[in-house]
Amino acid sequence: MMEAATNTGGDWLRLIVGLIVVLIFSQLNALFLVWLERKVAGHIQLRYGPMEVGPHGLLQTIVDGIKLVGKELITPFKADKKLFVIAPVLVFMPVLIPFLVLPFGPELIIRDMNVGLLLIFAFSTFSVLAILVGGWASNNKYALLGAMRSVAQNVAYEIPLLLSVMSVVLMVHSFKFSELVMAQHRVWFVFLQPVAAIIYFICATAETNRAPFDIPEAESELVAGFHTEYSGMRFGLFFLAEYTNMFIVSAVATSLFMGGWHGPFGWSLGIPGVIWFLAKTYFLLFVLMWFRWTFPRVRFDQLMNFSWKVLIPLSMLNLLVTALVVKFV
Amino acid sequence: MAEHFAEPVRQHLYSLNLGPQHPSTHGVLRILLTLDGEYIVEADPVIGYGHRGHEKMGENRTYLQFMPNTSRIDYLSGLLFNHGFCLAVEKLAGIEPPERARYIRVICAELNRISSHLLWFGTYLMDLGAFTPFLYCFDDRENILDILDRVSGSRLTYSYCRFGGVTRDIDDVFIEQTRAFVKRLRSRWKDYHNLVTKNVIFIHRTRDVGVIDKDLARRFGVTGPNLRAAGVPFDMRKVEPYEVYDRFDFQIPVGEKGDALDRYRVRLEEMEQSCRIIEQALDQLPDGPYRQERVRLKVKPPRGEVYFAFESARGLTAYYLVSDGSPYPYRCHVRVPSFGNLHCLTEVFRETLVADAISILGSIDIVVPEIDR
Repeated sequence: MMEAATNTGGDWLRLIVGLIVVLIFSQLNALFLVWLERKVAGHIQLRYGPMEVGPHGLLQTIVDGIKLVGKELITPFKADKKLFVIAPVLVFMPVLIPFLVLPFGPELIIRDMNVGLLLIFAFSTFSVLAILVGGWASNNKYALLGAMRSVAQNVAYEIPLLLSVMSVVLMVHSFKFSELVMAQHRVWFVFLQPVAAIIYFICATAETNRAPFDIPEAESELVAGFHTEYSGMRFGLFFLAEYTNMFIVSAVATSLFMGGWHGPFGWSLGIPGVIWFLAKTYFLLFVLMWFRWTFPRVRFDQLMNFSWKVLIPLSMLNLLVTALVVKFV
Repeated sequence: MAEHFAEPVRQHLYSLNLGPQHPSTHGVLRILLTLDGEYIVEADPVIGYGHRGHEKMGENRTYLQFMPNTSRIDYLSGLLFNHGFCLAVEKLAGIEPPERARYIRVICAELNRISSHLLWFGTYLMDLGAFTPFLYCFDDRENILDILDRVSGSRLTYSYCRFGGVTRDIDDVFIEQTRAFVKRLRSRWKDYHNLVTKNVIFIHRTRDVGVIDKDLARRFGVTGPNLRAAGVPFDMRKVEPYEVYDRFDFQIPVGEKGDALDRYRVRLEEMEQSCRIIEQALDQLPDGPYRQERVRLKVKPPRGEVYFAFESARGLTAYYLVSDGSPYPYRCHVRVPSFGNLHCLTEVFRETLVADAISILGSIDIVVPEIDR
């Protein structure tokens, strides 16, 4: 439906409105997720979480954000000043782009590109560079160790992530999100491609540096990892980027494996597609949080071994089987 | 991990100061690490940041005045340290506490041991990156602190023991609460095992990590659960039973290899054994006075010296006191278990990862102020 609007005056308007909506949505969403994370953590740990500011602490993260904005931006002595300043911007910019192609609902895709899926993965890889820059520029050994870990981890997990996504693409013959979601009108791909779905979710957890794969910022080992030296809103940008990234990987998982805006087995139950989409995405986000507050951290070499020795062969096998089935069945 | 060191490259070694301000060094401990990538080539623990001169203070105070110091040497098992000091002075001065006092002390000491192990359990898992067990343990530990708070008036640094007894008698409420706590703790094991012990990540993080075998343990004087995890059933409560420990039926849990998983298992089992001791002590609790009235507050032990060793939560702890007949000890020395436990790490850390170093440091359960004294 988007092709009709291409190359017309309405397209520019759509893009600008879309960008503004994306900016607002991603910020509010990140604030909400931080609040949700603290609430989930609290209830898992026999506490309430934030309760004081606003009803059930809903305004807590906004107040925290204001506090972060008001804080001094400290640049460490002997840090690489230019790179140090650029890194938080670099980490935050690429996480906004994927929103342009995410299929929130049948009518709610800002730009339904024919390389939508590729675009998302291209830009999400970008944040690794920013983390490396930040860790290097800090001139802090803990930050550097965290950055190095992050790069190694992302290189290792990008491969099975893409391979698992490829098996879905092979089934649909398209990178376009609208077509990927439409193909799941009756049956969600999580039932047809369970292995790919599980591999994708594990890799997505690692990709977003979430526990149990949060080794780049393992606070018991590396203090705060790559953002040890960052303060104020620069730290805030890393923080917001992490939560926005979580949303993106969950949203991609929803549209690739969980049927996107479709209800289960084609029943929409009269609920609009966008609600289905958001409900499923937030459920996956909840699962990510659940992981974090349940599991201990994996050790660095175990993490790499798991990716290279288990996930990559498994996802290749899955891709091969999918290819054969698509070809001959 | 030795295969990474089969052909040492060692070109780009760099040093990393782990601590003294670091979230996982459990106090102000500094470890100077020489790293090759993330592998540790050399580890050198630097101690002394928390030195308060407790032993010297002991020489300038009466025996009773030193009592509050003892619970601050190791603030996590303060009552055990009080208890040991009390027994040392009683041995030196020839004071015989009444039976009931002995039982009260054992009950409270074992409660304190459980609280110390629970805190270790929580912080160790936090070192491994699991946050939630920490809060669960603190929930349980809170019960112990409340119980001990009622009788001793303090939650961490108790100073509950007195020469010839304890400061206050326990009542029925205490007994009831303690029994309820033991029951509650036992019902929690299932949760802990499901959440932690059976967790694949946890097992992979601890199995064959930081092996302290019998030989290494003997060379560095490692004691307590760390030694028992290596398979040596050495526990002062059994080896040289003091107080009334010989009247209870309890086992000394031992491990096999001496890795972090064994240390974890030994400590968890020890909590269960402490529960058994508490239950038996409550059953056998005699009536009578809780304190010997004739003991002067300012004890004046006769000339002589005493060495008294007991089992604190972290291992063999001992007081060596020399009396010149005055109310002040001539010399007061404390043998703390964490010192030996920490210093064997120079060998254990070699050829491990930084992540493992944190895990090993957590698994041996050190209290840094105890080392620095």
